[in-house]
Amino acid sequence: MHRRGVGAGAIAKKKLAEAKYKERGTVLAEDQIVQMSKQLETFKTHLEEFASKHKQEIRKSSQFRVQFQEMCATIGVDPLASGKGFWSEMLGVGDFYYELGVQIIEVCLALKHRNGGLITLDELHQRVLKGRGKFAQDVSQDDLIRAIKKLKAMGNGFGVIPVGGSYLVQSVPAELNMDHTVVLQLAEKKGYVTVSEIRESLKWEKERACHVLDHLLKEGLAWLDLQAAGEPQYWLPALFSELSCRDVTPEEANQMTP
Amino acid sequence: MDRFMWTNGLLEMNETLVIQQRGVRLYDGDEKAKLEVGVVLLSTHRLLWRDLKNHECCVCIPLSQIIFFEEQAAGIGKSAKIVIHLHPAPANKEPGPYQNSKFSYIKLSFKEHGQIEFYRRLTEEMIQKRWESTPASQPITATAGLKTGRTRAVGIVGIERKLEEKRKETDKNISEAFEDLSKLMEKAKEMVELSRSIASKIKDKQGDITEDETIRFKSYLLSMGIANPVTRETHGSGTHYHMQLARQLGDILQAPLEERGGMMALTEVYCLVNRARGMELLSPEDLVNACKMFESLKLPLRLRVFDSGVMVVQLQSHSEEEMIASAIDSVSEKGSLTAEEFGKLLGLSVLLAKERLLLAEKMGHLCRDDSVEGLRFYPNLF
Repeated sequence: MHRRGVGAGAIAKKKLAEAKYKERGTVLAEDQIVQMSKQLETFKTHLEEFASKHKQEIRKSSQFRVQFQEMCATIGVDPLASGKGFWSEMLGVGDFYYELGVQIIEVCLALKHRNGGLITLDELHQRVLKGRGKFAQDVSQDDLIRAIKKLKAMGNGFGVIPVGGSYLVQSVPAELNMDHTVVLQLAEKKGYVTVSEIRESLKWEKERACHVLDHLLKEGLAWLDLQAAGEPQYWLPALFSELSCRDVTPEEANQMTP
Repeated sequence: MDRFMWTNGLLEMNETLVIQQRGVRLYDGDEKAKLEVGVVLLSTHRLLWRDLKNHECCVCIPLSQIIFFEEQAAGIGKSAKIVIHLHPAPANKEPGPYQNSKFSYIKLSFKEHGQIEFYRRLTEEMIQKRWESTPASQPITATAGLKTGRTRAVGIVGIERKLEEKRKETDKNISEAFEDLSKLMEKAKEMVELSRSIASKIKDKQGDITEDETIRFKSYLLSMGIANPVTRETHGSGTHYHMQLARQLGDILQAPLEERGGMMALTEVYCLVNRARGMELLSPEDLVNACKMFESLKLPLRLRVFDSGVMVVQLQSHSEEEMIASAIDSVSEKGSLTAEEFGKLLGLSVLLAKERLLLAEKMGHLCRDDSVEGLRFYPNLF
């Protein structure tokens, strides 16, 4: 009796079909990689054309840079991922941001003994601009934030904390949770904060407020002023405005810890 | 189309380019003109069109010939158009591509978009009628009623006008740049989609991708700045570029590491290397990916991540035991040490000094005194 679909012959046929499917699958994926290589060359040409017309725009206009970055983000491309990327090589976006990264690190390092590794975006901006000199390209705060985001990859605690209308830039791996951040935000107006102010505004118990303030002291982010009228004040050097203090040397800073 | 004249396409004195748009085909009335797809240009005085491939083929019409114009929306398979109704041609019109035409209107068909901006600019120019106040150096034939006589733009009005033109020029440059940018991004998006398709095929094991092809694929992703969606880490992950980098770093960092007690924070390395390079700088991710390859390439350096998240490059010769031992020695000798003091003692940065002390503490050799006065380490006598 003939039965269809069984027997050694049918099994062999099935195996052949599977192999052919697999083979087709192989070709498909491999093919696509070849296709990608070709498309990449074409894209490179387009990018070169774009660069020849608009490379200056990237360097000169921070508005254009913002647009550019946002468009890249929308389509899932990170133009700053690698110095070897097309965007970096042909448009020069890379060098612009990576150099900025170096400048940011250097500014933060130079001031760490004073502010414990926390600095306002404004101050960072000012100091970076000063360091770059008169003839360098202009740098916007958006540029700084993007450069800092990239620095995070190197694990040194670089981060950006929203405070008031602006940001604080953190450059040390101090652990700052929501509680700490909220106290920083509170201190932003006057540059210092007291336990009572925290209790009033945030409705915390004394223990919680002291715990947070102690942590900030330990991390070197806050200084304690016991001689203030009324109760002790916790000052945040990061929030000092440039006008009202002079630069403190590391030795002086060491002597200041109570 | 019989209103058009041949022209060399050069702008006259006082004539400024307002906007241009590629991919435009001219229509004589409702019929395609016997011209190819080209570039349409709007100046303060004229509407010009030039063949994309054959630049000699260039026609123009003075803006004063335009009675009115309107948009015609795109349809299925049809590009958006601007319909322009024209005055009859003057008797002394220069020769053009068409001797006569039954239509008194033409159309601009925008095959590569740009009609919205073009329409806006055309409207502006037709309102301002700048050709009336700054006639071009060559006489432009126009319908009767045009004011004759030269009015040179002088004085504040003239300066303002020049500034306005310059601003428009800059605007045009920027908007052109943005438009080109959008087109570029469309193409980049195709690349992203293709790479995602490949990645999903790799994941579903649809096909046997060789290691070589994987490396090639990764380098393509790197070039485009696309995150690697295939997280399968084969040994020796990273691209050839990163391997090369890793070897370079192995050379460059020997001496600086020795000087700094065998360890440097990654941010320090980043600054050192990039300052030395001057250009073609490394991205932070490049550096991290290269450092990750130290071990597999058997280089005498290691990337190390501390609990706190701090990343360092250290010489392999400076082993963990050595570091801990030196920490214990120093602390015992001085009775107690803070990170700052330890750092000063060894010529290390405070950050790294702290990491060593923490490490020794983790191993149970030191214990801490954590107060508001600072973090101090003592030998562990328990």
